[in-house]
Amino acid sequence: MKLRYLEVSVGLFVLLGIAALFYLAIQVSNIAEYRDRDTYEVIAYFDHIGGLKVRAPVTVSGVRIGRVSRIAYDPERFQARVTLAIQSGTDFLPADTQASIFTAGLLGEQYIALEPGGDFESLAQGDEILFTQSALVLENMIGRVLTNFSSD
Amino acid sequence: MIEFLANLGRSGLHWLSVLGRASMFLFRVLRAQDAVVRRYRLTLAELYSVGVRSLLIIAVSGLFVGMVLGYQGYITLVKFGAAEALGGAVALSLVRELGPVVTALLFAGRAGSALTAEIGLMKTTEQLSAMEMMAVDPYRRVFAPRFFAGFLSMPLLAAIFSAVGVMGGYIVGVGLLGVDSGSYFSQMQAVTDWREDVVSGVIKSIVFGFVVTWIAIFQGFDAEPTSEGISRATTQTVVISALAVLGLDFILTGLMFT
Repeated sequence: MKLRYLEVSVGLFVLLGIAALFYLAIQVSNIAEYRDRDTYEVIAYFDHIGGLKVRAPVTVSGVRIGRVSRIAYDPERFQARVTLAIQSGTDFLPADTQASIFTAGLLGEQYIALEPGGDFESLAQGDEILFTQSALVLENMIGRVLTNFSSD
Repeated sequence: MIEFLANLGRSGLHWLSVLGRASMFLFRVLRAQDAVVRRYRLTLAELYSVGVRSLLIIAVSGLFVGMVLGYQGYITLVKFGAAEALGGAVALSLVRELGPVVTALLFAGRAGSALTAEIGLMKTTEQLSAMEMMAVDPYRRVFAPRFFAGFLSMPLLAAIFSAVGVMGGYIVGVGLLGVDSGSYFSQMQAVTDWREDVVSGVIKSIVFGFVVTWIAIFQGFDAEPTSEGISRATTQTVVISALAVLGLDFILTGLMFT
């Protein structure tokens, strides 16, 4: 009887612990995103990426279709080389798609928005996005406004 | 001046020898781990006293820590009009830091001190020597099951703490303060990463469980066999465990969240 009680309570304890881990995985964290592992990678070069970070979202018309997987500096082009991992389901993006770095809200995180073009060819693994628009740097804009004022 | 240097050297040597004994002890306990399976009833009894009986205090503390986080987080966030981000704030602070650390501190106070006192008393009443006289290996019979029980219980308890804390934050944030239920969880899922946050927290709690149980069992084993010695060893367990957990937390945070 005593042993039975021990066995049952310890079993319940372990079960409860594992259930808590599952709860943390499914309800609290983003494990669902790890499921769609199948992605293809596209490269985009930007003059300035602002505050873009690895794992930032990649969207089309606001719908999230992937994330930034790598950011590096290309010493030959003197530009930032951003690798986008896009879900394999989204394989219909035209080759002349434009990539822009936008900010979600006034102080929000930066993300990449894709605007499909009109080409019949689609982007595939390893392709480069030719049309890119850099992030807006607030300091540059303020500087431009100030020079406009002073030239008057 | 010379006297000061001599004192410093003496205490340094003392701690070094304690560390050496503790490492040898740990090595022998780890080598005796096969007893965990062979004598699973002993392990079961230890899991009950270390894990199951810590459940209540862990769950209640988790609930209250989560509720306080929900409340304080709301007060700060609502100033910036970002009360919807409450879920993320609560979940991240619980999963990354408070879950593992507070659980380890409570675990050291609740289970660690009991382990030390129990083993210290065994040593004082010469039960350990008696076992050796009867060719029963105390490492297999006493230390290995206790070590395994502590090592296994800590991550489970930390996970329960975090999960209950998230619910506590939900009760206060959504139930009392009127944050939207959907955005509480969607914000949470948007900021909390499975591998970087949850798994790192679990790794932390595994490390803490290892260290706290090691300290507790070794302090009991190394206690001076007097009633005073046991009381000192029990105090030392809680103090050293708390310091070790907080120090290790700093190092692990630096290593994992860059």
